[in-house]
Amino acid sequence: MPSLVTFRKRIASVKATRKITKANQMVAASKLRRAQEAAEAARPYAEKMGTVITGLASAAKANSGGPKLLAGTGKDDTHLVIVATADRGLCGGFNSNIVRLARQTIESLLREGKAVKILCVGRKGRDQLRRQYGAMILDTVDFMGIKRIGFADAAKIGARVLEMFEAGEFDVCTLVYSRFKSVISQVPTTQRLIPAPVEAAAEDNKGTVYDYEPDEAEILAELLPRNVSVQIFRALLENVAGEFGAKMSAMDSATRNAGEVIDRLTLEYNRTRQAMITKELIEIISGAEAL
Amino acid sequence: MADMIPFDLVSPERLLLSAEAGMVTLPGAAGYFGVLPGHAPVISTLKPGVIEVTGGSASGARYFVSAGFAEVTAERVTVLAEDAIAVNTVDAATLDRKIADAEEDILQAKGDAARTKAVAALETLKQLRAAL
Repeated sequence: MPSLVTFRKRIASVKATRKITKANQMVAASKLRRAQEAAEAARPYAEKMGTVITGLASAAKANSGGPKLLAGTGKDDTHLVIVATADRGLCGGFNSNIVRLARQTIESLLREGKAVKILCVGRKGRDQLRRQYGAMILDTVDFMGIKRIGFADAAKIGARVLEMFEAGEFDVCTLVYSRFKSVISQVPTTQRLIPAPVEAAAEDNKGTVYDYEPDEAEILAELLPRNVSVQIFRALLENVAGEFGAKMSAMDSATRNAGEVIDRLTLEYNRTRQAMITKELIEIISGAEAL
Repeated sequence: MADMIPFDLVSPERLLLSAEAGMVTLPGAAGYFGVLPGHAPVISTLKPGVIEVTGGSASGARYFVSAGFAEVTAERVTVLAEDAIAVNTVDAATLDRKIADAEEDILQAKGDAARTKAVAALETLKQLRAAL
């Protein structure tokens, strides 16, 4: 029978753990609110950008195919996969879900005989992908030590991707990240960045006929590279919001679980104590009777 | 009011300004242009310069943008700027120091690409200095 001291020690240690998870949960909750606000604040820009580009792109595509960022290089041989995950763990299946989707994407590309290059954004993704695809990982960008991801951080990644594209190092670029649906639900998503996907422009969009200054092709040439950064920025913000959402629910269930363990241990502790008292009593009584 | 036009200034990080304006002056790629209510629809890229709001609740507000584009319709002006700074928050002394730094960068730049970049950065700063 384990002694009472070991029980007391275990209960104390689980209680300490519960305090940590509880604190972590509350930190995540407050960070989540800020991340959500940031994601929402970024939305109008990305949306406006999207509508303008869609309008311009459908016109450009009809004419001559447009610039490379829109029409592609004409090849489909080398793929760049950007895997955006969190830098920290302790957020349930958040990182693993993104990595799983990335792995599926990479595997299906490899099966088709394409060359794959990987750019990891966030440490956790690199940690999980390194063993299997170590040779394909070009680099890792992480945001350790950065409190709030600003547009400049995303622009840096965007510039890097564009540089590689200009140098002809890849033909198609796909971004894997987690779309923030709600606090308890994040959906791992793939999004094609280059060539820029163009949805069929809605007909009612054509209501206004714009003058373009300078001409359409030039505006498009200027907007498309910027759009890459904007899309990355949006994905990163959604990722951050999702990370804290996942962390919050993971820590919540950890706290609840710790509470259950404490209850069970306490019950067992009391039972053992009672058993020991009863045993001592029996010993005393039977000792007295024997006399 | 018929003689007002809603004006939105949006950066990738947040909505900077949303107000009714009498007129908005924008640094278009082909030169500054003013937008009054009922302006013909235009999409224009912006070069480094100052956006100025005249009339309305945000009258007198001046924002410096280094790049971006504007969408103008008869009913609305939207500016998407990569980074926009309210001119009155900029300090001339810090700016002068930055200009000096930028000039040094040009001298130290290795290769043509780096130099072009540094020259562009200096040009942006000088435009901002001129706006003060």
